[in-house]
Amino acid sequence: MSSQSTAPSTGSRAGASVRRAGTKVVHVLLLPALLIGLYAYSSANSDSYYTPTPDLIAAAFVELWFSERFFADVLPSLARLAAGFAVSAVLGVGLGVLLGLSTRVRALFEPVLEFLRAIPPPVLVPLMILLAGIDDSMKVLVIVSGCVWPVLLNTVEGVRAVDPVLADTARCYGITGTTRLRVLVLRSASPQIMAGLRLALALAIILMVISEMFASSSGLGFAIVQFQRTFAIPEMWAGMVLLGLVGFVLSTLFELAEGRVLGWYRGLRAANRGE
Amino acid sequence: MSANSAGAGAYTGSPGATTNHQGERPTMLKVTGLQKIYNGGASAVEAVRDLTFDLGEGELVCLVGPSGCGKTTLLKCIAGLMPPTSGTVELAGQSVTAPPPGMAVVFQEYGRSLFAWMSVRANVELPLKEKRIPRGRRDELVDESLEAVGLTRFADAYPWQLSGGMQQRVAIARAIAYEPQVLLMDEPFAAVDAQTRADLEDLIRQIWQRMGVTVLFVTHDIDEAVYLGERVLVLSSSPTVVQDDITVDLPTERDQLTTRQDERFTELRARVYAQIQQAKNGTGADQDAASVAP
Repeated sequence: MSSQSTAPSTGSRAGASVRRAGTKVVHVLLLPALLIGLYAYSSANSDSYYTPTPDLIAAAFVELWFSERFFADVLPSLARLAAGFAVSAVLGVGLGVLLGLSTRVRALFEPVLEFLRAIPPPVLVPLMILLAGIDDSMKVLVIVSGCVWPVLLNTVEGVRAVDPVLADTARCYGITGTTRLRVLVLRSASPQIMAGLRLALALAIILMVISEMFASSSGLGFAIVQFQRTFAIPEMWAGMVLLGLVGFVLSTLFELAEGRVLGWYRGLRAANRGE
Repeated sequence: MSANSAGAGAYTGSPGATTNHQGERPTMLKVTGLQKIYNGGASAVEAVRDLTFDLGEGELVCLVGPSGCGKTTLLKCIAGLMPPTSGTVELAGQSVTAPPPGMAVVFQEYGRSLFAWMSVRANVELPLKEKRIPRGRRDELVDESLEAVGLTRFADAYPWQLSGGMQQRVAIARAIAYEPQVLLMDEPFAAVDAQTRADLEDLIRQIWQRMGVTVLFVTHDIDEAVYLGERVLVLSSSPTVVQDDITVDLPTERDQLTTRQDERFTELRARVYAQIQQAKNGTGADQDAASVAP
């Protein structure tokens, strides 16, 4: 198609990359657009008060979240989420390394941990209210009580799976103590740790909402329940949409971070598959 | 720079002597009465029975034995990675109870002994950082050793981007940059293809001649042992003892073609082969002795 000169050829190459990007956007947006269309159609044909049409939801969304409610509800929620996730990550990785490195500590802790893990975090909310009150620390505790497990268990697995040959190599070259922890144990366990953190992130959003549904005066979970009770149905939907978007953005950010941390791991796996 | 090339000639004329060969050289590595029994619940397995040998400073010695004769166990004991049941290992007069600073090890599983999350350069540099070698000297050592194994161009690559033979060369570069007194190699070329293997064998001879490092090279390959070594120690089957100690009186300059066609090479090879056959058969009836009561 570009037999005349080189200029059209580069032009068509740029065109091709634009087209490729366009195709990608279509791929990403096709299903959401279809689902929204389907919902628009069924809600327009329904006289149920509880399923407002998308334009009503969109209007409520803009009105709600582009106002001071963003600072009153969204930011506190995100702050609790961040705090709960961070504490879970530090606690889970720290404890996981400890348990993963020592068989004795593991044997000591395992039964208790298995029991604690089996308790569904939402049932801890009443207890947490008694112990920690109804402020932010209760909500962070609820998030941590659920999120710490996937991080902890994955870290233990990752630390235990450190290659014995690599561990011997490190010993031979005098790599011990904190250097060993930093360059061998944590790096080698990082694929499992990241998998645990990814699970924890999804759980953290759920638990954030749940913790805010009880004895709360701010936050997304609180707002959604309040809208539902006051029959502010489009607003309730707008809250749910925002939660979905928050989850989507966070998981995209996480993926970017993971790409940086685990670039070597992806390459290694691709190389192994290629052989 | 290398006392070896001069010293090697001293061995000529005493083919097949089974005494130790340090001659005028000081002993670098001394293994005395080494025994290793694995306690495995109901039954204990004696992997290594009674090994005594020593390596003079700057010697290149190959350890060869039938498969399953406890070569890896022995090497781990020497490296200080595993405590022997009885017996001692001494490096330059110092008893080895933990991995000593003057020892570097190259393992067979190159893919598993390199840090996959670090570049080639970082892999080679890491032990030097731990040794607290100053930056400038460290860079020098890394550059030199990468140059010696011909991987200068790949310093910034990840190990898994390289072929198997190249990965093993990274491990070798790391070992020589560490400037060890003793270099232990545990069947380092068992997992690479034949052509790469020949290149790597020559590389080891070259490095050994240039650096004057003491090398203990464990292999199951008889040709390799004779081609590489100044001396070959033949191990018996498990429970392992030193069955024979053969001086390789081939010229110091070796060549894959001419050396391997050398009449003397063939003789030595035949002798090692016979010893290994004998090791396999001789202790065949004794196999049950491998399991002793706990």
